[in-house]
Amino acid sequence: MKRVDALQAVYGELAVEGRVVVTIMGAVAAELQAIGHRANFFYLQHAMGLASSLGLGIALTRPELKVIVFDGDGSLLMNLGGLTTLARYRPRNLIHVVFDNESLLSVGGFPTATSTGSELAAMAKGAGIPRTGVVRTLEEFTTAFGEALEANDLTTLVAKVEAVGPAAFVTDLSLLENRYQFQRHLQNLKHGT
Amino acid sequence: MPVSVTSSRLIYDALKGVGVRIISALPETWLVHLIRMAEDDPEMTLVRLAKEEEGVGISTGAHLAGVKSALLMQNHGFLASVNGIVSCAQLYRIPLLMLISARGEFGERDPWQTEGGMVTAHVLDALRIPHERLDAGDHVARRIAKAQTLANSASRPVALMLGRDLMWEDA
Repeated sequence: MKRVDALQAVYGELAVEGRVVVTIMGAVAAELQAIGHRANFFYLQHAMGLASSLGLGIALTRPELKVIVFDGDGSLLMNLGGLTTLARYRPRNLIHVVFDNESLLSVGGFPTATSTGSELAAMAKGAGIPRTGVVRTLEEFTTAFGEALEANDLTTLVAKVEAVGPAAFVTDLSLLENRYQFQRHLQNLKHGT
Repeated sequence: MPVSVTSSRLIYDALKGVGVRIISALPETWLVHLIRMAEDDPEMTLVRLAKEEEGVGISTGAHLAGVKSALLMQNHGFLASVNGIVSCAQLYRIPLLMLISARGEFGERDPWQTEGGMVTAHVLDALRIPHERLDAGDHVARRIAKAQTLANSASRPVALMLGRDLMWEDA
């Protein structure tokens, strides 16, 4: 499975009002923007590891929203303790998708520890995340993502993907433009406008 | 325990007064009462962290979601959070209110706190994070309010250093 195909397959679900998306930097951000940027998408273009924490901050303060975090193996490995914090507060409105390509693709493809047997879904389960799973095909991903949306409980879904990404990682969306647009979008949702 | 309940209450009430509704914290001795006050308050969301840097992400999410937050940690937790502060809160212009217990200064008996005590203010300066001290009860509320005002107007992280004279009663 290619990550860009997985993103494309669930893109329609991401556009539903009341859902917000937080991604890590690199290929995920560039590919999602290439499919089509939306005001409810925020790309954390650095601070590796903190996308899931940022999603937790939104999920806890805005329980009426559904928060979808697109994480990666390299990023999650930098904030494994964050899994225990997610599990501890168990925001039922947060879906944590981890695209696991077993490498740090954007810096040259160096293998991460998931290439040598470390299992992120098992770590998430061990941390206490109530719903965890691993998917390897596009069909499995689409089904599991849909089930996670329906489940109304904290889910960490590890999607094994090929270590291929876009030709370029820098896009023409400025970081601060994205940040303020996203904040304004969340503000407008609150006031029902 | 000689950690000051009175000073902790002043700090907590000031945080409530400036509108803070979610607090991320990693326990340390000086912060125990503050954390308990947050836990006992039905109007406050308390997030107990595994590592302090997570709190930068949580506060960023809360800010984007429209809720005021604060991050409580020891100075060593601040030192452990530097990349998150730079590459998330500063890069994205987040008004992050940090309350940092200033361990390792005059009066410190724990040898392991002393190196951090000597570098914390320098690191804050190097990061260009405006910081002020809370050393006495009479200025706590005013300085917390002013720190929050600057964080919002500059849209940047700010820090308040909690000193021994304020937090520890038999100093």
